[in-house]
Amino acid sequence: MKRKPESIRNKLLPAAAFCLILLLWWIISATGLVPSYMLPSPISVAAAFIKDFPNLMTHALVSLQEAIYGLIIGVVLAFIIASLMDRFETLEKALLPLLVVTQTIPTIAIAPLLVLWMGFGMAPKITLVVVTTFFPIAVGMLDGYKSVDPDEINLLRSMKANRLQIFRHVKIPAALPYFFSGLRVSASYAVVGAVISEWLGGFEGLGVYMTRVRKAYAFDKMFAVIILIIIVSLFLMALVDLIKKVSMPWLSVTQSNNNGADLHEKV
Amino acid sequence: MELLRTENVTKSYDSRVIIRDINIHLLQGELVSLLGLSGSGKTTLFQVISGLVTPDSGNVFLNDKNITGEPGNISYMLQKDLLLEHKKVIDNVSLPLVLRGISRKDARKQAQPYFEQFGLEGTEEKYPSQLSGGMRQRAALLRTYLCSCPVALLDEPFSALDMITKGQMHTWYLDVINKIRLSTLLITHDIEEAILLSDRIYVMTGVPGEIHNEIHIEKRRNERTDFNLTPEFLDYKEQILDILKQ
Repeated sequence: MKRKPESIRNKLLPAAAFCLILLLWWIISATGLVPSYMLPSPISVAAAFIKDFPNLMTHALVSLQEAIYGLIIGVVLAFIIASLMDRFETLEKALLPLLVVTQTIPTIAIAPLLVLWMGFGMAPKITLVVVTTFFPIAVGMLDGYKSVDPDEINLLRSMKANRLQIFRHVKIPAALPYFFSGLRVSASYAVVGAVISEWLGGFEGLGVYMTRVRKAYAFDKMFAVIILIIIVSLFLMALVDLIKKVSMPWLSVTQSNNNGADLHEKV
Repeated sequence: MELLRTENVTKSYDSRVIIRDINIHLLQGELVSLLGLSGSGKTTLFQVISGLVTPDSGNVFLNDKNITGEPGNISYMLQKDLLLEHKKVIDNVSLPLVLRGISRKDARKQAQPYFEQFGLEGTEEKYPSQLSGGMRQRAALLRTYLCSCPVALLDEPFSALDMITKGQMHTWYLDVINKIRLSTLLITHDIEEAILLSDRIYVMTGVPGEIHNEIHIEKRRNERTDFNLTPEFLDYKEQILDILKQ
């Protein structure tokens, strides 16, 4: 019986925290504690957001396109490389340290190089998104493949399953939860990666627009862009959650069973 | 007719001999138990018989054909039910058919009629997490049966169940096994379970594990209602306990 109020409480608490931060922000800017040219009030940010909405949408679509293209390529590459690393131990030993090293390279440092090599078009942006999103998915999938119960593999072997059948019926399903955890992180990285690469050159996109408004000292518009980036990232993460729910229907069944068991134990 | 036999099977891991010179056989339609204490090498022997592991020496014959180190000839139900949580019950039990190249739709069609016989009707479209422990074991047994291999190896299939469910499963299993006539080798460390279910019992003892004794249960399988309450049953139990104590 406690479950419903608990779930409402879980939703209300972050909403209350968000409202509190908004209120503090408004108080700080309204009292002049921080000058408005440094920290515009939430009301002026909202006004800039509404006024600039069509312009923001045009740029957001470009960034979203780059993020999604990069994410798709990152996912495909991660799947191929993680699967090969799982299949060939030598490849795993050779590549895993390199993959870790790629994650220590700051995104901001390689972005100008990519622009230098690939020009100001979409290619360097997509490449940067691929670089940032590839790792969490690849490592997640590899962990997922390794999480398979060896007895499940033995069971399928005793049924004369070949390597591909074991991969399809046991390994991929076991890797799916890990894949989606990596994809969720990567989805948020994708938007940030696209924006960072746009800072360093380009004609369209939220990063380009952000640079322009920053140079014009229009900080209310800059805050509006930041809020839009947050919204786009949250949208992508929600999309990943939805795809996860649709492609793994057994998880919700298991979770509801567990909740039932918990409730039963409490009663 | 002798369906399965092992000849002098020996297996060691890291120079430690686990089982030595194992010679057992299984007749058509028989249910034979391998009874022994933990660590006596029962599971290792099953892995060798199923072909998952190749022995250091010795051979396994199925219908006089040497199948040593060749998986896929004998169905094997491991200790856990190992139902795949992402597949519905009907897809789990029809998995052996799918792995043989039958389409998912046809495999489901072939598996469907057995659901009633195995007491699983109504669970076809459920996920394994929605089944009780006993139902999961039944589904795993049906999957083993649908492997359509002449021999089934069952590695402690009822050990994870509570006492009441276990008792129900014994009655149910005896009934089913009499109908489907599946030749079965069963691992157990439960003496009563072995006496109740088996036609013969091999008692494994020692390290490395060896077959110490072979006991024939004279009571017919289809006449074993309340068999565990009879003096005859207690005699068998005493005999096995004496062997294990030695």
